Amino acid sequence: MLRLALPLALPFAIVAVAFVLLSQTDAYIIRLATTFGMYAALALAWNIIGGIAGYPSFATAAFFGLGAYVTAVAQNLGAPLLVGVGLAGAGAALFAGLLGSAILHLRGKYFAIASLVIAEVLRELTNSWTSVTGGGMGINLPLAKTTLLTQPQLYLAAMLFLAAAATSASMLIDRSRLGVALRCIAQNEDAAQIIGVDTRMAKTWAFVISSLFIGLVGGVYASWVTYIDPTDVYDGAMSVKPILMALLGGVGSVFGPVLGAFAYLLLEELLWRNLLEFHAGILGLLVVLLVLFLPGGLSQIRGVGLVSLPKIWRRAP
Amino acid sequence: MTALLELKGVTKRFRGLEALSDINLSLKSGEIVGLIGPNGAGKTTLVNVITGVHTADAGSITFNGAPIAHMRRDRIARLGVARTFQVVQPFPAMTVLENVTAAALFGGAAASIAEARDAAAHHLAFCGLTDQAGKPAANLTLAGRKRLELAKSLALRPKLLMLDEVNAGLNPAEVDAALELITRIAAQGATILLIEHLMKVVTRTARRLVVLHHGKLIADGPVASVLSDETVVEAYLGRRYAERMAGAGI
Amino acid sequence: MLWLQVLVNGLAVGGLYACIAVGFSLVWGVLNIINILHGSLIVLGGYLAFFAHQYWGINPFLFAPLAGAVMFAGGVALQYCVINHVMARPFLITLLLTFGLNLFLDNSMLALFSADYRKVLLNPAPGVFDLGSIVVPADRIYATLVGLVLISALALLLRFTQFGRAIIAVRMDRDAAALLGVNVRWTYAVAFGLGVFMAGSAGALLSAIFPISPVASAGYLSKAFVICVIGGLGSIPGAVIGGFALGVIESFGALLLGPEHALTLAFVLLIALLAVRPSGLLGRQGFA
Repeated sequence: MLRLALPLALPFAIVAVAFVLLSQTDAYIIRLATTFGMYAALALAWNIIGGIAGYPSFATAAFFGLGAYVTAVAQNLGAPLLVGVGLAGAGAALFAGLLGSAILHLRGKYFAIASLVIAEVLRELTNSWTSVTGGGMGINLPLAKTTLLTQPQLYLAAMLFLAAAATSASMLIDRSRLGVALRCIAQNEDAAQIIGVDTRMAKTWAFVISSLFIGLVGGVYASWVTYIDPTDVYDGAMSVKPILMALLGGVGSVFGPVLGAFAYLLLEELLWRNLLEFHAGILGLLVVLLVLFLPGGLSQIRGVGLVSLPKIWRRAP
Repeated sequence: MTALLELKGVTKRFRGLEALSDINLSLKSGEIVGLIGPNGAGKTTLVNVITGVHTADAGSITFNGAPIAHMRRDRIARLGVARTFQVVQPFPAMTVLENVTAAALFGGAAASIAEARDAAAHHLAFCGLTDQAGKPAANLTLAGRKRLELAKSLALRPKLLMLDEVNAGLNPAEVDAALELITRIAAQGATILLIEHLMKVVTRTARRLVVLHHGKLIADGPVASVLSDETVVEAYLGRRYAERMAGAGI
Repeated sequence: MLWLQVLVNGLAVGGLYACIAVGFSLVWGVLNIINILHGSLIVLGGYLAFFAHQYWGINPFLFAPLAGAVMFAGGVALQYCVINHVMARPFLITLLLTFGLNLFLDNSMLALFSADYRKVLLNPAPGVFDLGSIVVPADRIYATLVGLVLISALALLLRFTQFGRAIIAVRMDRDAAALLGVNVRWTYAVAFGLGVFMAGSAGALLSAIFPISPVASAGYLSKAFVICVIGGLGSIPGAVIGGFALGVIESFGALLLGPEHALTLAFVLLIALLAVRPSGLLGRQGFA
């Protein structure tokens, strides 16, 4: 019983404490913390399919955008926020399930590029379906009605909650049969099949769970910013940031993505404040530098990152 | 006694080259059968076709009554068909124990990870790998990795175990140890198909020998008679030697 | 006769589309790198042609190989100095690297040239070829012809020069090639450079027909990818067939679903193709 209690309770407990502490601070800190929650949730979600299962997905932007638009459209049709976000998650998960059957049997590079293309497709579709989505002009979302919390506090709570949920899910997967299956798939998919792992099922579950969280985050994001357009939410950078965060913190590890999200947020804040105009370009440069100086080898990628600092510490003479 | 594994007319082509031609083979429960043949004869291809790594172009394969010719690999594994690879395929970043635990968990259908781990420890002990349990699989010696392959296969609780040149690359002492292990596995009741080049392994463990040459089954019978069969000698050593042997009355 | 006109429209851009894809296919086939940078390189080639026309009045169809040559040098340097470091690393790493480079290049172009669409306005305008009931835009024909010429040159280069054979050898078996004395590092660099050359040329050709902007780079990357999957990776004939196929598909897609959805149709077909036959129509190992 205790084994289950820890992953289910701990992340939420930490987040609850964090919320209480942060919700009373000024608007800038609240915004920063909300962004952190969002980044952590996305990085953790990506890590499930990209890190644990070893299938580097570039489709994060696709599910994020999809979630954002589902919520926007639902709310414009009168649905309350919770329903809108719920639909976002459901929609993303459903789409992942369908898409998975088409592209998950592809290995390595084909899967990566196919997932990259998906975001393009969704962006095109969203752009042209003007009657529903407002096309290139974007779509507005109604302000959330709150009673107990202020607007910023509401979104802080929502993003932190999603981050906690994603952490919980990661912890549960890590110690479950699914986790073992995914790790086997990541290291040697053929050998995994030979020992009886239903790789198709395992990969699909990982993809669906990952996309569920990404869709939910997209939905909350849309409500938070109250205006979205296709170039904004289907932005390729949104696909690459979670990967970077996971790499920074430790791909495949459970808490690595959280650390990575934190580190990345710090970097981004520094750049944003100083290089507003060109910050996406600098992001590109950052990626290049990171990649060039990251230690090599697949076995070394796994788990190497901020999360392994304690291990390195202990190993030092 | 009904056959455990039945192949009828199995053919496999790779871009025009017929790797397996019209194979008819039947294995009974509890048998130990040796599969020999010159390099390139199609021995590994046969195992690949049975385990679902390749799909046969013609013919039928039945395992325990179930048709497996077009079944997915992982389903076949869960039915109780296990094999080792010539080039070993471990999960490199996982420990030896974790490797076998994974096999016990999925193919061996353990009820929980804890139960799988216990079963894995047992299989490791059987294969003499207990003291290496905590090592990453990538750090094992070749002999160790071959034992790991065996342990993983055993964790699948197989009804049919196919060992593909499990002794390749081992020195004589290691071969003797592996031989002893195989004999113990056979004593437990699984059906074993042994692909080998080393005659001493095959003659000591198998009762029946099957010979593949250029994708065709050219002999199938008791060990002694197959080894002296002229077509078999010709396949290995060439026509002139076979004639000389026949002439000398061997 | 409408469908015939639509068909001709599609075929008219086939060679140009093939040119877009062949560089991408070469880099992927030989270096095993998915060059996310490809789309931006095409746009860069377009800008080079645009400014060459604006300042020196050079016709983009003629300027194409020159644009390619200029970018070739840059491509070689980029591969030799930067990308080379990640050649032995896992696939995710190389993908991230080209992604980062792409982000940098895209945003640099945005900052330098702004997102406004530019188009080379040829004077006199190329006009059309009037074949009775069918009208063929001349600019597309010129572009396709130049594209096919460049592709043929590339094919000849690969087949008949020592360097070309080195490229094919490295793709087939890098270690064996090294043992035979091939300088793998330089081979990679030149192969990448050739890929960039084709991208730059394609961009120059495109600038005369379609408006260019950094915003369009993802679209070109996607087209290149679709063509490679349709025609098969690692094959020049495949890229050509894929190029013509995509041209026709897009043309009919525009007719049936409207021009905005033309590329989406191609994508959906792509996914379907990947699900069924990932190696494409002519794909195989090596590159020839």
